[in-house]
Amino acid sequence: MDAVNTGFSLTTLTLFLPMVGLTILLFMREDTQKEAIKWTAFGFSIATFFASLVMWVTFDESNPALQMVHRFNYLPTYGISYYVGVDGISMILVLLTTFITPLAIMFSFRSEIFHERGREKLYYIFMLLLEWAMIGVFVAQDLVTFYIFWEVTLVPMYFLIGIWGAENRVYAAVKFFLYTMAGSILMLLAMLYVGFQAGTFALPEITQMIQSGALSFPADGLFSTQSFLFLGFLIAFAIKVPVWPFHSWLPDAHVQAPTAGSVLLAGVLLKMGTYGIIRFCLPLFPQASVDWAPVMGVLAVIGIIYGAWVSYAQTDIKKLVAYSSVSHMGFVVLGIFALNAQGIQGATIQMVNHGISTGGLFLLVGMLYERRHTKAMAAYGGIWKAMPLFGGISLVVALSSMGLPGLNGFVGEFTILLGTMGSEVLGFGFALFATLGVILAAVYTLYMYQKVYMGDLRQENANLPRLHWQEIAVLIPILILIFWIGFQPGVFFHTMDASTAELIAGIGRVVPEIVAQVPLP
Amino acid sequence: MITAPNIADLNLEYTLPAAFLALFTCFLLLIDLFVQRKSVTAWLTLGALGISFILNLFVYNRGGEAVNGLFIADQFTGFMNIVILITAILTVFLSIDYLQRTGIERGEFYSLLLFSTSGMMFMAGANDLIVVFVALELLSIPLYIMAAFRPNDLKSEESGMKYFILGAFASAFFVYGAALIYGATGTTRLPEIFAAVNDIVAQDSSSVFYLLVGAALIIVGLGFKVAVVPFHMWTPDVYEGAPTPVTAFMSVGAKAGGFAALLRVMLVGLPFLFLESGEASATSAAWQTVIAIIAALTMIVGNLVAISQTNMKRLLAYSSIAHAGYILMAVAAGGTPGIGNIAAQGALIYMLSYAFTNLGAFGVVLALEREDGSGTDIEDFTGLAKSKPLLAAIMAIFMLSLTGIPLTAGFTGKWFIFGASIQADLFLLAVVGVLTSVISAFYYVRVIVNMYLRDADGSRAEGLTQYVTYAIYAAFAGTLLLGIFWPLATNLGSTVALAAALVP
Repeated sequence: MDAVNTGFSLTTLTLFLPMVGLTILLFMREDTQKEAIKWTAFGFSIATFFASLVMWVTFDESNPALQMVHRFNYLPTYGISYYVGVDGISMILVLLTTFITPLAIMFSFRSEIFHERGREKLYYIFMLLLEWAMIGVFVAQDLVTFYIFWEVTLVPMYFLIGIWGAENRVYAAVKFFLYTMAGSILMLLAMLYVGFQAGTFALPEITQMIQSGALSFPADGLFSTQSFLFLGFLIAFAIKVPVWPFHSWLPDAHVQAPTAGSVLLAGVLLKMGTYGIIRFCLPLFPQASVDWAPVMGVLAVIGIIYGAWVSYAQTDIKKLVAYSSVSHMGFVVLGIFALNAQGIQGATIQMVNHGISTGGLFLLVGMLYERRHTKAMAAYGGIWKAMPLFGGISLVVALSSMGLPGLNGFVGEFTILLGTMGSEVLGFGFALFATLGVILAAVYTLYMYQKVYMGDLRQENANLPRLHWQEIAVLIPILILIFWIGFQPGVFFHTMDASTAELIAGIGRVVPEIVAQVPLP
Repeated sequence: MITAPNIADLNLEYTLPAAFLALFTCFLLLIDLFVQRKSVTAWLTLGALGISFILNLFVYNRGGEAVNGLFIADQFTGFMNIVILITAILTVFLSIDYLQRTGIERGEFYSLLLFSTSGMMFMAGANDLIVVFVALELLSIPLYIMAAFRPNDLKSEESGMKYFILGAFASAFFVYGAALIYGATGTTRLPEIFAAVNDIVAQDSSSVFYLLVGAALIIVGLGFKVAVVPFHMWTPDVYEGAPTPVTAFMSVGAKAGGFAALLRVMLVGLPFLFLESGEASATSAAWQTVIAIIAALTMIVGNLVAISQTNMKRLLAYSSIAHAGYILMAVAAGGTPGIGNIAAQGALIYMLSYAFTNLGAFGVVLALEREDGSGTDIEDFTGLAKSKPLLAAIMAIFMLSLTGIPLTAGFTGKWFIFGASIQADLFLLAVVGVLTSVISAFYYVRVIVNMYLRDADGSRAEGLTQYVTYAIYAAFAGTLLLGIFWPLATNLGSTVALAAALVP
C-alpha cells in the first residue's frame, strides 16, 4: 500500500473557494462596506458553484473510482492524510451544496433579521464557513479529514440559529449542538478503532483491505464487534438525518433557525447523515449493514409514516415542513438499506430532490414570514389572490415535494420503492408501508396548500408586496431543477451509475448474498 | 567508601535549562532589592525564561542521564520543559499589569514564579524518586505563597492556607509511597526500580505488596497535585481565591509538573508491576484499573459539577479537574505494554494544547476582572461580542477548544488521548471520555451563549492592557496552530521513549 501524494486538484479548488471568500470578508468593514460584504459572499458562493460545474463536466462517468483526487500525507506515522476526491455520489451532493448555498445567501440580502440583530458580516462569514465544511464532508476520503469537516459544520450552524433565530433560539441552538455532538463523538471512537486496526485512515485503502479480507471485524449476529463499530458510525449519521427516534432536535432547530439556516439545514446538512451511511457504514461494515438493514428499514418506515402524520397535525407552516423532512429522509434511509443499486441511486437522487423541494419550501415560508411575521397557517388564506406568481411557484414546489410524476420528487421515491421491492434484505412489506407515506405526503402538502393559498383573501393579507426580483432570482433555479430532474433524471443517474455499482459489488465481495445488479438504464 | 565523581561525568549541561533558572532566581532576589520599577524585574524574568527556553532547545533530542542518573534529559523532559516555559512566559505577561492594577505588585512574585517553574522542570527530568520529591517541594512551596499573594483578602488567604495544608499532606503521601517502594526494591532510581520490579514479579515475592501500596500512595500524592477526583476538593476554592495569573499558572504548570512525574514513575519505574507473573495473565499493569477508574470519576465529577458554576474561575477550576481526567486516561493507557510511548506522547500533546487554551481562557477572564477581584462571573461575559468583538471571538475559540471541536488545539489533544486509550483496549474509559466531553460542551457553550446570543451592553474589559493582549494573542495563535498543523506537536514528541527503551 503506497500512500502517494498527488498534486493539486479541482476538488481542492472548489473546497477552498469559500475559505478564500471568508478570509476576504474578515478584512472588510461592516459599517462602510455592507453592500460589498453581501456581494463578496454571494460572488464566492457562485464561483464555487461554477467550479463544481467544471468538476461535473470533467467528471468521467464510466470510472467508478475516485476522481480529481488530491492527497497530501499529513501525518504519515499515523496514516492520516488530507485526502479529497469525488466519486459519482459525492459529485452529485457537492453540486447540491454549491447550488443551494448561493440561493440561501441571496435570500438573506433582503432579510429582516438584520434590522434587529445586525452583524451581517459575521452572518456571511458563517455562511461561507458552513459551505466550506459541507463541501469538505462530501469530498473527504480520509476518516480524520471527514471527521474534522463533519464537526466544524456544527459551529456555524449553531451561531446561525443562536444569533439570528426566532424567540426560542438559544434553546434550539444549544440542543442542536449537544444532540449532534453526542452522536458524532461516538463515531470518533469507532473511527479511531478502525483506523488503528487498519494502520491508515484513508477510506479507499481501508475499504480495499476489507474487501480483500486483509482486515475484518468479527461479525456474528447483531451484537458483534462489527455491529458496535457500525452503530458507532450509524448513530452519528442517524441523528443528523434524522432517523426516527433521533429526530427531536430537528423541529426545534428548523423552527428557530433563520430562513437561510433552515434552507441549508434541510437542503444539505441532513444529507450529510445519509451520505455518511453510504460512504462509511456500507463499505466498512458490510456484514453489519446486512444484519441491521431490516432494523433500519423498520425505523425508516416508522419515520416516513410518523413524520407525515405529525406534519398533518401542525398549525405552524415551518414546523409542518420540518416534520415532512423526517418523512422524506425516511425514504432516503429506506433506499440505502435496500442495499441494491436502485435503492442507493434513488436515495441519492432523493437527497437532491429533498434538498431542492424542502429548501424551496423553506424559502417560500421565509418569504411569507418576512411579509406577514407569522408562521401560523390560520393567519393566511387566499394568498394566491394577493401574490399570483408566488402562489404558482409554491404550487410547483409543493407538488414536487409530494412526488407528483413529472417533477423531481417522483423520480426519487419511485426508484427507492423499486429498490425496496427488489431488495434481498428488505422487501414488499417495507415498500407497502412506505407507499402509505407517499399518500400521507399528498394529504399534508395539499392541506397546507389549501390553508395558505386557497380560500378567501383576508383583509390583512390583501396588500402583501409582490416578489422582489432577487426573490424571483432565488426561486427560478429551483424551478428549473425541479423540472429538469423530473423529465431527465438520467443525466443525474448516469453520474453515479458506475460508483453505485462498484459500491454494491464491494459489499457483495464480503457478503455473498448481496448480488451486484445492473443499474437502471 | 564514597568516591567523588568526576565533574565531567556528571553531564551537568543536561540539567542547564532548569538549573539556570534556579540559579538565576537566587540572583534575581538580590537584584530585585535595588530595582524600583518592578516591571524591570518582570522583564529580567522573561529574559531568564527565554534563555532557559533556548538552552532547552540545545539539549532537545541530545540529552541523556545527568548527575549519576538522578536526572535525565530525554525528549520527554524537553517537551515538558517547553510546555512549562510557555506557561511561565504567558503567566508573566498576564501578571505585569494585573499586579499593578490590583495593587499587589512585589518583586518577589517573579522570583517565586521562577522557583516554581524550575521545580516543574526538575520534576520533568527527575529520574529518581528523591529528586521527584525535592522538585515537588520546589514546585509547591512558592505556589502556596503565590496563592495567598493578595493580602487582606480573605479568599486569597483561604486559598493559600488550604493549598498549603493539603499540599503538605500530599507530599507526605508521596514520600511514604517512595519509602515503601525503596523498601521493596532497595533503590530510588527509576530504571533500577524497573529492573527490581521485574525480579519481584517473576519470583512472586511478597514484596509485591509493598510495591502496590507504594504505587497507590504515589498516585494519591501526585493525584493531589494534579487535582483528580477524589483528591480534588481543594481546587475550586484555591483557584477562585488566588490572584488570576497565579490560578492560570497553577492550572497548567502544576498540573504539567505533576503529570510529568506520574508518567515517569509509572511508565519508567512500574510498567510491569503485574499481579501475577506469566505471559497469559500479564496483559496490563496492576495500577491500570485503578488509574482508569480515577480517570473516569475525574471526568464525570469535574464535568458534572462544572455545569452548576456561576463564577468563571470556579468553572475553569472544575474544567481543569475534568481535563486532568483526560490526561489521566493517557496514563492509564500507558499501563498496557507496548502502548506506553504512544500514551506519553498523547499526554504531552494534550498538555501542550491545554496550556495554550487554558492560559488564553484565563487571560480573557483576567481582562474582564475588575480591580476588586469582581467581574469574573459568567454573567459578566454577557454581551461581550458587542463591546469587544475580537476578544469575544477569541474566547469563543478557546471554549470550543476546551470542548474539543476540530481545528482547535483541544481536538488535537483529545484525538491522541482517545487514540492511545483505544489502542490500549480501554474502550469503556474512552466512551466515558467522549460522553463527558459532550457534557462539557454544555457549560463551555453557555459562555458562548452569554457572549453572542444574549443582548447586553457587555463588559468594557478594563484589564485588557497591552501585555495581556499579547498573552491572549499568543495563546490564540498556539490554539489555532496546534489545531490545524498537527505535525507541529507530533514531531516535537516523535521519539518520546519512556517505556520502549526498557522493554526487556
